[in-house]
Amino acid sequence: MSQSLFEKLGGEAAVDAAVDIFYRKVLSDDRIAHFFESVDMEAQAAKQKAFLTMAFGGPHHYSGLDMRRGHAHLVKNGLNDAHFDAVMENLAATMQELKVPEELIAEAAAIAESTRNDVLGR
Amino acid sequence: MPNIRYDGQIYSLRDGQSVLECLTEHGASVPFGCRAGICQACLMRAEVGRPPEASQKGLKPTLKAKNYFLACICNPEETLSVSLPGNELSRTPATIVGMELLNAEIMQVSLKAHEQIEYRAGQFINLYQGENLARSYSVASLPTEDPHIHIHVRRVPQGKVSNWVHDALRPGDTIDIQGPGGDCYYLPGSPEQGLLLIGTGSGLAPLYGVVRDALAQGHIGPIRLFHGSRTPNGLYLTDKLRELTRAYSNFEYTACLSGSHVSKEFASGRVHQIALNEVPNLTGWRVFLCGHPEMVKAAQKKAFLAGASMKDIVCDAFTSV
Repeated sequence: MSQSLFEKLGGEAAVDAAVDIFYRKVLSDDRIAHFFESVDMEAQAAKQKAFLTMAFGGPHHYSGLDMRRGHAHLVKNGLNDAHFDAVMENLAATMQELKVPEELIAEAAAIAESTRNDVLGR
Repeated sequence: MPNIRYDGQIYSLRDGQSVLECLTEHGASVPFGCRAGICQACLMRAEVGRPPEASQKGLKPTLKAKNYFLACICNPEETLSVSLPGNELSRTPATIVGMELLNAEIMQVSLKAHEQIEYRAGQFINLYQGENLARSYSVASLPTEDPHIHIHVRRVPQGKVSNWVHDALRPGDTIDIQGPGGDCYYLPGSPEQGLLLIGTGSGLAPLYGVVRDALAQGHIGPIRLFHGSRTPNGLYLTDKLRELTRAYSNFEYTACLSGSHVSKEFASGRVHQIALNEVPNLTGWRVFLCGHPEMVKAAQKKAFLAGASMKDIVCDAFTSV
């Protein structure tokens, strides 16, 4: 019986393991850290969890419009392809740290990549 | 524009106004405290209509399900009929059994609640001045060791309640308290876990409670307490803390001063920076941050980047209204 990507990755437990690692990488990445100068770290962490759930092929409530609207103020402040690439790198690095097999990393990366135009408002 | 129905009256909510602002503007008598969604003194219930989820921040699932919300952060999109919470969340009178100045600006107030309050050291209670003005104070006492509830009230410049506590209250007086609230307490179950506690000013109150609670419950992992102030005048409980370090080999206390000309017995610098230099890897640690909101916010980020899990960083920012 074939499993979904989300199940193969380990479901919600995998997301929980990944969130702290991913969010730490993002906050320490000088290319993008300034976009996360948030007042509320816990609210941010919840958004990271939602993003990772989506990237892992899990159940989520994001639509293309949500991604567009959610990032519009950042796009106004200069959010561009290089920043999106940086986030993709951190996502891959997180999964490598968690010893996820390369084919599954590629699948998750493809899902995340599919949001590029919505995120960047194109 | 949505309306707020309360106590038989209908009030029209102005754009961007919170339920609390609307009610107090019209002279309705409702309790409040921090006006920042933390102390929960302004807890109300929507009998008709659904409060926005953002206004239910920090409430237990059972309360959320019953449409309780915090009036100071409630900006409803629809008309709500609201009421104050019922008896189960109400206040208890407490008699002041002792008042002791721990340093020039911090008063320890010892309270005997008329009805037993179940609390854990480090949580906070709301203290009421009159009918509606509430302030949260963290509890430094340990229910298993101290017969009365101890809070530390720092005199805040122009502070309405703190100056009243210092200057007008006397042992023998009775005031209303409510609570406990908050997540700043010792969680048993991981006796070898490292505990890092960082506080400024009266932020020492909950941390002192948590440290003693941990030790009383047999915690054997390292417990590192850092208390920061600008000058030595802001420190207190130094003798008691040094006694604890002598009695328990896993407990360390460091007093940190951020001002100039710091003598050698103290660490020099900002408390959270000193703490994080001393314990640079916080993987698996539980971190408690209490006191000045800027310190708490900066330390939360640093602690997270140092490896502490988000859920293991307990933040208690002491706001001044």
